[in-house]
Amino acid sequence: MPPIKRTKFKLSPEQLLEMYYWLKHIRAFDERLSALVKQGRVRSGVYTGIGQEAIIVGTCYGLRREDYICPLHRDLGAFLMKGVSSRTMMAQMLAKSAGLSKGRDSALHSGVPELGIFGNTSMLGANLPVAVGLALSYKIEKVDHVVVAYFGEGASNVGDFHEALNMAGVMKLPVLFICENNQYAYSVPLEKSMAIDDVADRARGYGFDGVAINGNDVLAVYQSTQGALARARAGDGPTLIECKTYRWHGHSEHDKAFYRTQEEVAMWRSRDPITTFTTYLTGMNVLTDEHIQEVDARITADIDDAIAFAMDAPDPDPADAVTDLLAT
Amino acid sequence: MAKELTYLEAIREAMVEEMRRDPKVFVLGEDVGPYGGAFGVTAGMAEEFGEARVIDTPISESAIVGTAIGASLRGYRPIAEMQFADFISCGFDQIVNQAATMRYRHGGRVSVPIVVRAPSGGNVGGGLYHSQNPEAWFIHRPGLKVVAPSTAWDAKGLLKAAIRDDDPVIYFEHKYLYRRAKGPVPDGDEIVEIGKAATRREGTDATVLTYGAMVLPALDAAERLSAEGVEVEVIDLRTLMPYDKAAIFASIEKTSRCLIVHEDVKTLGLGAELSAVIVEERFEHLDAPIRRVTYPDTHCPFSHVLEAANLPNADRITEALRQLAAY
Repeated sequence: MPPIKRTKFKLSPEQLLEMYYWLKHIRAFDERLSALVKQGRVRSGVYTGIGQEAIIVGTCYGLRREDYICPLHRDLGAFLMKGVSSRTMMAQMLAKSAGLSKGRDSALHSGVPELGIFGNTSMLGANLPVAVGLALSYKIEKVDHVVVAYFGEGASNVGDFHEALNMAGVMKLPVLFICENNQYAYSVPLEKSMAIDDVADRARGYGFDGVAINGNDVLAVYQSTQGALARARAGDGPTLIECKTYRWHGHSEHDKAFYRTQEEVAMWRSRDPITTFTTYLTGMNVLTDEHIQEVDARITADIDDAIAFAMDAPDPDPADAVTDLLAT
Repeated sequence: MAKELTYLEAIREAMVEEMRRDPKVFVLGEDVGPYGGAFGVTAGMAEEFGEARVIDTPISESAIVGTAIGASLRGYRPIAEMQFADFISCGFDQIVNQAATMRYRHGGRVSVPIVVRAPSGGNVGGGLYHSQNPEAWFIHRPGLKVVAPSTAWDAKGLLKAAIRDDDPVIYFEHKYLYRRAKGPVPDGDEIVEIGKAATRREGTDATVLTYGAMVLPALDAAERLSAEGVEVEVIDLRTLMPYDKAAIFASIEKTSRCLIVHEDVKTLGLGAELSAVIVEERFEHLDAPIRRVTYPDTHCPFSHVLEAANLPNADRITEALRQLAAY
């Protein structure tokens, strides 16, 4: 089990417990979604981030409402942490009219500007140029808000990655590029898609710092993020943080992931970010069994409510298949 | 009394006026800053507005469009310049998948008020990659508006309308017209409404539907036909999507004959769609098959001889109109 370092950005016990709550909530939400897929309740488009939760919690925790995030298809938890309700997210995943897109697209292709959430397309890396534009708006306004943009190691091979990071470096924009390096682009392992070991090395070519960290250590992610946020807010430009992690499930819930060995999966499961953090918190006497049970019950109730709401919510009006294409 | 400007100056004046009026408008693209743009369209703008609002970018069409989209989500109205319309393919995904779908996939909650300026068209010796007319790609994609002015007046008025529009607008400015098309432009806040065609010449015997640099040869051809006793109505579409169905149908109902002229290639060019819609909805008004004069299904070659062999011109339009009138 990897060691957890103390963070120089102080966190109170209450804050640590909030992070714990989010790790558990995000995991539970994805697990319940996965079960709904198996029950045939979700049409498609479920890409869980199970095993990668520390990245979302470590980067989103403590963000301002005005800080913009540009999450990936696996980052449903980022929507929750930024303030979208479980009900809305579940309705979105079940293609109901109460979802963010009125049932027009599943997954996370729909953002919430008032909460600072951008919804990307399925074109991986295509959120990065948009993140540059969002960050440019903050620079124009001379405000110290920051954009946090996520991408996979696979997307770091897409042209948009290069164009966006280069432009962000040239313009010295307040943007964090968070790499969720989960070792596989669908089925293609890292060594088949990159001739280097660390995506973080690519930052050097754009004139800013890149660091590779343990993405399963929520405090390590938090610490690196806070440092990068402080630099971005001070006008010192972008940072690339490569979070090494692993997705426990396949690319989507329909992918059995035969391209990986059981040993490899088991090894990474032993590095479960939640178990690691739980052990740390109980060792610090911050977390008790009683608290764990209380959190689990609270999360179950919230997600039960969200599923019941989404199941009961009406399907979209067929007329809406051709509306909302243009504003005027 | 409105002043006379070239088409190019009219485009610049639209941007300058909108940037003075609205601090949320800015320009970004390759060489648009102190250099003033490859064609000089943004000349002097960096001096007036500063390089923070007239932004030189790296050669990164996808990031230029994506950056415009991102800023637009925070209330800005960016004008993204593609140096040539030919290069718009490098920013294609951001336009067709990011901008065009944004409103739809957000349940109508989000708009993308960007303008992508695309200097298009041939007859300037540009060869394969500096002459293209890629408007049909964007007409085909729901969620976008596409305009293509033919006069200085419309160049200004349509660009102002595009900047103020809440939807993504692809603005095709024809390079052949930059300094050749000169005329009065609207003063101040007057705009040319998106979605409205203009009747450039009235006639009763046949209708020409056209746009961009093809309007002038169509008018030449109409004058020639007039000498032969055939009065041709020339409709300048101005907006290609949403095209002005009412104006098109009204003219067809009047003339019962239709020729479509565009510089874009024939197969699945806008003419194919217009032809289909007219046949679907106004078949009983037609006295002759719809005809098209377009670029052949080929690339734009460098040699003057080869390019001239491809470009629609007044002679070809005249001949097509004669056949149409005689049918």
